[in-house]
Amino acid sequence: MSELMSDRAIDRSKMQVSDQVAIQISNMNKWYGSFHVLRDINLTVNEGERIVIAGPSGSGKSTLIRCINRLEEHQSGDIVVDGTELTSDLKNIDKIRSEVGMCFQHFNLFPHLTILENCTLAPIWVRKTPKKEAEEIAMHFLEKVKIPDQALKYPGQLSGGQQQRVAIARSLCMKPRIMLFDEPTSALDPEMIKEVLDTMIELAEEGMTMLCVTHEMGFARQVANRVIFMDQGQIVEQNEPEEFFNNPKSDRTKLFLSQILGH
Amino acid sequence: MSDSQNNSVAFVATEVIPQSPPPARETGVVKWLRENLFSSVTNGVLTVVALYLIYLVLAATLPWIFNGIWTTSSLSECREVLQGKTGACFSVLTERWHQLIYGFKYPADAYWRPNLAFVLMLVAIAPVLFFDLPRKLLLFTAVYPFIAFWLIWGGTILAPLVVFVGFVAAAVVFQKFGRSSFAVGFFGGIAVALVVWTVGGALIPDGASDNALLPAVPSRDLGGFMLNLMLGVTCVSLSIPLGIALALGRQSDMPLIKGICVVFIEFIRGVPLITLLFVASVMLAYFFPPESTVDLFLRVVIMITMFSAAYIAEVIRGGLAALPKGQYEAADSLGLDYPQAMRLIILPQALKISIPGIVNVAVGLFKDTTLVSVISMFDLVGMIRGPILASTEWNGVYWELFGFAALLFFVVCYGISQYSQWLERKLHKGH
Repeated sequence: MSELMSDRAIDRSKMQVSDQVAIQISNMNKWYGSFHVLRDINLTVNEGERIVIAGPSGSGKSTLIRCINRLEEHQSGDIVVDGTELTSDLKNIDKIRSEVGMCFQHFNLFPHLTILENCTLAPIWVRKTPKKEAEEIAMHFLEKVKIPDQALKYPGQLSGGQQQRVAIARSLCMKPRIMLFDEPTSALDPEMIKEVLDTMIELAEEGMTMLCVTHEMGFARQVANRVIFMDQGQIVEQNEPEEFFNNPKSDRTKLFLSQILGH
Repeated sequence: MSDSQNNSVAFVATEVIPQSPPPARETGVVKWLRENLFSSVTNGVLTVVALYLIYLVLAATLPWIFNGIWTTSSLSECREVLQGKTGACFSVLTERWHQLIYGFKYPADAYWRPNLAFVLMLVAIAPVLFFDLPRKLLLFTAVYPFIAFWLIWGGTILAPLVVFVGFVAAAVVFQKFGRSSFAVGFFGGIAVALVVWTVGGALIPDGASDNALLPAVPSRDLGGFMLNLMLGVTCVSLSIPLGIALALGRQSDMPLIKGICVVFIEFIRGVPLITLLFVASVMLAYFFPPESTVDLFLRVVIMITMFSAAYIAEVIRGGLAALPKGQYEAADSLGLDYPQAMRLIILPQALKISIPGIVNVAVGLFKDTTLVSVISMFDLVGMIRGPILASTEWNGVYWELFGFAALLFFVVCYGISQYSQWLERKLHKGH
């Protein structure tokens, strides 16, 4: 894990947690059929927090963040994002989705559109931004993720790491207040993982509220202000990274950490 | 050093061997023949047999074609000229050319009208088929159906005008209200169009068609290959949007819409087209109010469109199923609503995957338009089987006529298939 740590110093000046609540999840439960995936989740995320969610596969961590922008529907409990409650009301769902950006494990770029079109699509159609302005915004964020010269190519012509950075830029073009990352580096080669993590670190440095499901514990140590450990659909433990890694409380967390850090 | 090497190490080559040509059996025609035609004894025998078969076919057909007679006015005259030799009697094509193309009742002095409509059709279709052309041409495509209707059927220009105004009014209403609420825009548009058509229809005076600029031609006077083309183009262009709607409806979360689409698709697919055509010609009249005489052409168009829409819907459903779930999720997570996600993300990709299937249905549909000859419409095949073969002059000329029909259909269908392959290559984006 150490080789995946960023080699540069992290600028923490803007990484401040405010006391404004960004996401409030209370007593949330979700079932897939009769399978209880998420059990009594209570989680408050303040603006500016950088949360890493870890846990064994099948523990419900992806499902949890996918509930936050309603890619998955929860069956009981409340989720309030940025003051808007998630119900089956489509207007609220669309409003929340345009405030919350998401990056997927498999990037999910639109293969029939160029990189630039991928980035301008949502601003033009959802935000009603004029095309010219949307393109300027898109180029700004493509420069930020360091691939402005690929703007006119198609996703299929880019490497995995480049595609994931485009996916991040695409989300940023909507100027989201919260970013969700669903295992953004799990489908990448090691050398590409670093370029994506660097992009995510830069984002954190600018004070973005982030929830990341990831196995990159180096990233968690460096960037997160809170690590959440989930198992069997429950939040087992949450703590600051130093405490979490050096002094885990529950046996389940200790076992998990020994398995992923032990070798 | 090199000296000592020359002397002491005998096996080191001292000069480069010049390039020499490969042996004759490895190059050119000989190699090609060996590899492709005579690579083994079995292949050699098969090659000889195949060549003999080709010779037999050509020996029979070529003299028949080249001895063909083009200028006589009946089959018996043809036979006199040929005096027992092999030869085709192509004069039936030159003699009955107009009937084969336009049918036997379309007024001869009005042939320019379908001709013009055909040329304009090429202009109207071009921007749909080739995306590089200026998008403004699509405006003409939108107006074209009404122009073509007026040109081919003639009569008062008010009728197509009223229909056109109805569509424009519906589009305006949809533009205005569809943004805030899709349902209001959609149903409001339909309501406005119906009002325009009813009011406009009542306003057209009774004798409007009597002294019209273009004399009216009733539907039963249309015929020949023109009728096949009209049915084919109309039904394909109507059934693609209907097929898309059915495919999306079948995926819908709303049980009622899903149910209607599934029942429609499965019912239509389970019934032979010819049955539907008989329904169109005989029974559909029962479903309309007694005094309304809905045109036979329109009834046939409705039936063929429903038929091919059901097939196209299934093809597109395959395309939709082939898209990874992540595409839907990415569109959702960006905040696109359902119509936007479908139009911008899902359908462009699903339709691209479905091109071969859609083209397959379109080609099949175009050839199936000849089935209307069974319900006594005189399309190309109907003309051949009916008026031409039944006439005393041309009774017995089968090969020439059906060969000509086959050739016409082949040219169009092969063109469609080539276009679709070009389109697939063009849309390939390296993934």
